[in-house]
Amino acid sequence: MKSISSILAGIVVVLVLVGSQVIYIVDERQQALLFQLGEVVSVKTEPGLYFKIPIAQNVRYFEKRILTMDAEEPERFITSEKKNVLVDLFVKWRIVDVTQYFISVRGDEALAQTRLSQTINASLRDEFGNRTVHDVISGERDLIMEIMRQKADGDARKIGVEVVDVRLKRVDLPREVSASVYSRMEAERKRVANELRSTGAAESEKIRADADRQREVIMAEAYRDAQKTMGDGDSQAAAIYASAFDQNAEFYSFYRSMDAYRQTFKSKGDLMVLDPSSDFFKYLKEPESN
Amino acid sequence: MGLNDPQWGKKKGADNSPPDLDDVLRNVNKKISDIFGKKGGGGNGGSRDKGPKQGSAGGVVLLIVIMLVVWVASGFYIVSEGHRGVVLRFGQYVDTTPAGLRWHYPFPVEQVELVNVSQVRTVEIGYRNNVRSKVLKEALMITDDENIVDIQFAVQYILNNPEDYLFNNRTPDDAVLQAAESAIREVIGKSEMDYVLYEGREDVAAEATQLMQRILDRYEIGISISRVTMQNAQPPEQVQAAFDDAVKAGQDRERQKNEGEGYANDVIPRAVGNAARLIEQAEGHKARVIARAEGDASRFEQILVEYSKAPEVTRERLYLDMMEEVLSHASKIMIDQEGGNNLLYLPLDRLMQMSEPSAAPAVSNMQQQQPSMVQEAKPDTAIRGRESFRGREREIR
Repeated sequence: MKSISSILAGIVVVLVLVGSQVIYIVDERQQALLFQLGEVVSVKTEPGLYFKIPIAQNVRYFEKRILTMDAEEPERFITSEKKNVLVDLFVKWRIVDVTQYFISVRGDEALAQTRLSQTINASLRDEFGNRTVHDVISGERDLIMEIMRQKADGDARKIGVEVVDVRLKRVDLPREVSASVYSRMEAERKRVANELRSTGAAESEKIRADADRQREVIMAEAYRDAQKTMGDGDSQAAAIYASAFDQNAEFYSFYRSMDAYRQTFKSKGDLMVLDPSSDFFKYLKEPESN
Repeated sequence: MGLNDPQWGKKKGADNSPPDLDDVLRNVNKKISDIFGKKGGGGNGGSRDKGPKQGSAGGVVLLIVIMLVVWVASGFYIVSEGHRGVVLRFGQYVDTTPAGLRWHYPFPVEQVELVNVSQVRTVEIGYRNNVRSKVLKEALMITDDENIVDIQFAVQYILNNPEDYLFNNRTPDDAVLQAAESAIREVIGKSEMDYVLYEGREDVAAEATQLMQRILDRYEIGISISRVTMQNAQPPEQVQAAFDDAVKAGQDRERQKNEGEGYANDVIPRAVGNAARLIEQAEGHKARVIARAEGDASRFEQILVEYSKAPEVTRERLYLDMMEEVLSHASKIMIDQEGGNNLLYLPLDRLMQMSEPSAAPAVSNMQQQQPSMVQEAKPDTAIRGRESFRGREREIR
């Protein structure tokens, strides 16, 4: 029992050991270099199962995926008008030539990134130095990123790296400048607010004045029309009176006077002091006269 | 002893099997050893060495079979709904499997990685978890007109290609954040502040979405941006008050305009109304004077016809009619000046007061008497009238 089981165990152990020495697997995410006594003999960029000679050969794996270099702290750059800007960027890169990569940076990612960031910072300094803040922030942002990518890529090829993308994240003004930006923004808003308020007052006044004008015009026109109408009526009435009274002017005068007297002494408050010798009282005094 | 060792079984390939399989294996081992143990115990002492040997040979076969079964069974896996299983054979991608119970060649030939493709993932820029917990260095951005705005937004994305997601980028989820930050700053950098803060919010988000997708596509990352939602776009806190005031000023302006309109809407209709009244009054006046003129003229003409027939009598009658009417209404005092007293004192104001309708009964008495005095027109009543006047004069005093 002991012998069989130990034989079985031995076989398994040997299989595993030999297998691990002979077989190696390269994952989709990896690429590998096969070394024979320190010398690169094979580059495996495709995933799969591979064999090697035990002991004499060994394997090193490298990343095949896109890697990111993202600066912790933004760097300070100076633009053409001698303004400071803080720039934060990230770089997407990947290893395309494993051998070259291994030779140049010993397969050390940190080393590769240092190399990349040096190249990029230097060329970014150039690009920013030739441009204004406005260009950097909006106008030529795309262009700068493309130039950076090409430059960085050209340089990175020397260490077996392809730069997929260089992208600016933050392009900010330093804190001291931000304060002045804020005060400018504030002043600008105040200007807008004042303008709005005063134009509001002006427009309101205009509307009121216009309304007043309209009122005056309406009233004046109405007065004019009213006077015309009344004048028309008065003249027609006068014509009617004239044509009637002209028939006997003397009698009209008498008749109208009668009416006028009647109208004049209408109220009880009218006090008449009469002389009995007046014509009206002639019968009162002498019933027999005439 | 070796057969009973659980490590024995494990080495062959049960590493990958779930714990319950381990237990099963252990139980099976125990049972087998029990059977062999019994057999061994049942046989005679001499055959004691031989029995286990035969038994262990059969046991080894059985054990190998069992381990094979377990190994094969370890290839089963479940892909739950909304997930995909990405199968790698010796590190090489072979298949993507949909939801359900699946099987792959067990370890070490094939491996499967499960990826959630239906879950909507979110990255937040400018804040974490809550809009109030701002990350200022992400949130503050410069606009085209070199103003600073404070923006918080969230990016929602899903995986549209699990293989790309797994194999092409080392930190795919970070890449979304980086692309989002870069894209939004590019878009904001090309826009004016007022556009970003007010009318252009949606456009900024849409533009950033497209740009982000373009950036990510360049990395073949297998991610599709489904939505960029602006949580907040506002001026920085330092200048918030001034901005608020400007907004208020805009409203003040509207208010002032509305007040002006209100005044106009009050004044003009009123003026129109007044104007209409003036014109109507004028029309009324016109109609009135003409009608009166016609009436007066007609009356006069009618009387004139009769007057021409008998002028003297008509004239006399008209006169008397008038006098009668006048004197019957008015208060009157008759003074015979031939009596010679030219310095007659008449307290006119008192008399006027008395002749008011609200005066003392004595006055009303006088009023009643007056018409009769005139109408009767008799000489003694005239005298009586004078006496009564004197009497009244006394009463007043």
